[in-house]
Amino acid sequence: MTLPDEYLIYPRRQHGMDHALYPWSDLFARNPVKWPNGARVALMVSPALEFFPLNPTGKPFKAPGSMQTPYPDLRHYTTRDYGNRVGIYRILRVLQEFALPATVTTNAHIAERYPELIENVLRAGHEIAAESLTMDTLHYGGMDASVEIEYIDKSLKILRAFSEVNGWLSPAKSQSAQTLELLVQHNVRYCLDWAHDELPTTMHTPSGDLLAIPHSVELSDRQIFSEYKHSEASYVQQIKDAFDQLYCESATYGGRLLTLPLSGFVSGLPYRIGALREALGYILKHPGVWPATGSAILQAWPAASA
Amino acid sequence: MRADPDLYDFWPYANRPKIIWPNGARVAFWVAPNIEFYELDPPSNPERKPWARAHPDVVPYSHRDFGNRVGNQRLMKVLAQRQVRGSVSLSVAMCDHHPELIAQAAELNWEFFSHGIYNTRYCYQMSEAQERAIIEDSIATVARATGQRIDGWLAPALTHTERTFDLLAEYGIKYTCDLFQDDQPQPLKVASGRLISMPYSLEINDVIVYNAYNQSPRAYTEMIKRQFDQLYLEGADSGTVMCIPLHGFLVGQAHRIGAFQEALDYILAHDKVWVTTAREIADYFYAHYYDVCLSDIAAHKHRRRPQGQAV
Repeated sequence: MTLPDEYLIYPRRQHGMDHALYPWSDLFARNPVKWPNGARVALMVSPALEFFPLNPTGKPFKAPGSMQTPYPDLRHYTTRDYGNRVGIYRILRVLQEFALPATVTTNAHIAERYPELIENVLRAGHEIAAESLTMDTLHYGGMDASVEIEYIDKSLKILRAFSEVNGWLSPAKSQSAQTLELLVQHNVRYCLDWAHDELPTTMHTPSGDLLAIPHSVELSDRQIFSEYKHSEASYVQQIKDAFDQLYCESATYGGRLLTLPLSGFVSGLPYRIGALREALGYILKHPGVWPATGSAILQAWPAASA
Repeated sequence: MRADPDLYDFWPYANRPKIIWPNGARVAFWVAPNIEFYELDPPSNPERKPWARAHPDVVPYSHRDFGNRVGNQRLMKVLAQRQVRGSVSLSVAMCDHHPELIAQAAELNWEFFSHGIYNTRYCYQMSEAQERAIIEDSIATVARATGQRIDGWLAPALTHTERTFDLLAEYGIKYTCDLFQDDQPQPLKVASGRLISMPYSLEINDVIVYNAYNQSPRAYTEMIKRQFDQLYLEGADSGTVMCIPLHGFLVGQAHRIGAFQEALDYILAHDKVWVTTAREIADYFYAHYYDVCLSDIAAHKHRRRPQGQAV
């Protein structure tokens, strides 16, 4: 058996990217980004509120964090729900201690189930960004377009009844080829799925542009604790090291961005919350740190990147 | 299919001909930045899907693209500050996609060898003509972009056929990084010409350390130091090779580059280290040790008991 000769034909072997979503650009060769008030590093903290159904379809795959044992997987269901009852409140309290505004990504179904939680988040001065309906409404290549439109439309309607929503995170950061364009059509202004850069980048769709704000995969608490299984001390060290590198580079290359994705069921545990407090304390003792939400970055971006 | 790839003979790591690297160095140290291009929507190979999920598989694609926008540049700066030249394992289509990055590395006198056309196009089930086509494409593309003749090979995504190494030798490729049987270069058994295996190490490769062993950046620094200490010790008996294979999208993350710098500085603080490139190691080995190693390997082969003979 041999491969068809088409396998050695490369229709997009050209200068720049192999797609039209964004152009290539070297982070170190750009005009320096100028954050408001001359800040050196923008800090975007992003806790997630997610609903993991007890009976997921798992189509086309189970989002990380989904049920694992045979039905009924009460162990994982309640562990995740702990995040939305206890863990998130612990995180909110730490954010309050530092007067840090956050971008809270949320499944719309959380707002239907626990409207009080969304109100608590908003009243504390945080913004919400939409994360589809649940962790089982995945967006993926080849999905039925009408289903995807329904997910986006419905989740934004539910959440916009609470507040303005500019941002979007797809469950498991999974997208179809149409997701970005559908988001533009629904007045979503920034998206957190693409981490191909360390600064915001403009994404192009046939219906208009939106901003990709890189929501770190590597520095998310879920990646470090749940996937890599590192210790709390190691988490703190990695966040400090990331900050030090960005802070140092900002002196030469202009403004930098550090995003810290969090989950209530991960960082909100009693033995972990102190690690978050320590990492944030380290960052915030430096002058020139701008605590920013996604919408604040969106608003600042045209002038900052001019 | 066969039980033994029959690419090399057994050669015990004891009493080998003594290798002494230039200026009496014990360890030939080289760094291999993998500068790769992964396609967003490549065709599938019957033996392996390019991405785990339906396209666009945003998370792994954007993770790798980070390397070409941020990580490779960060790594390049760290190596350049220390006058360490990289030996680039290159998806040669990078010469078309991001010639700016390739020009920067060429300016630093880095070596380029082929890591296939894209890291999303695999060699499984390739015909001989197809495999020749990617070798010829690699030679022509790198020559056009950098003026360099490629001397080395690391198969795209480590995908091979039974004829890969015979073809590499036929095209005059000097070394391959695809085989992990040794910590010293070794002459390989090829149909014509000459080819050696160049120690490259999967174990100390950032992909394996971070994504398979799930280590922290500081733990990686410890692993690199330990790896070096042992090879430096053994290098007093006979010169060893230490390679650190890297990927900008991993080691070039903000939380990892500082810890890597520390590991690099540790190695560079030793005096009997030859900080070099894979091509220079291969040339030195061919000039001084290829023949003597070949004879030594042959001598071990004659000591083998004929098959079936009682102990």
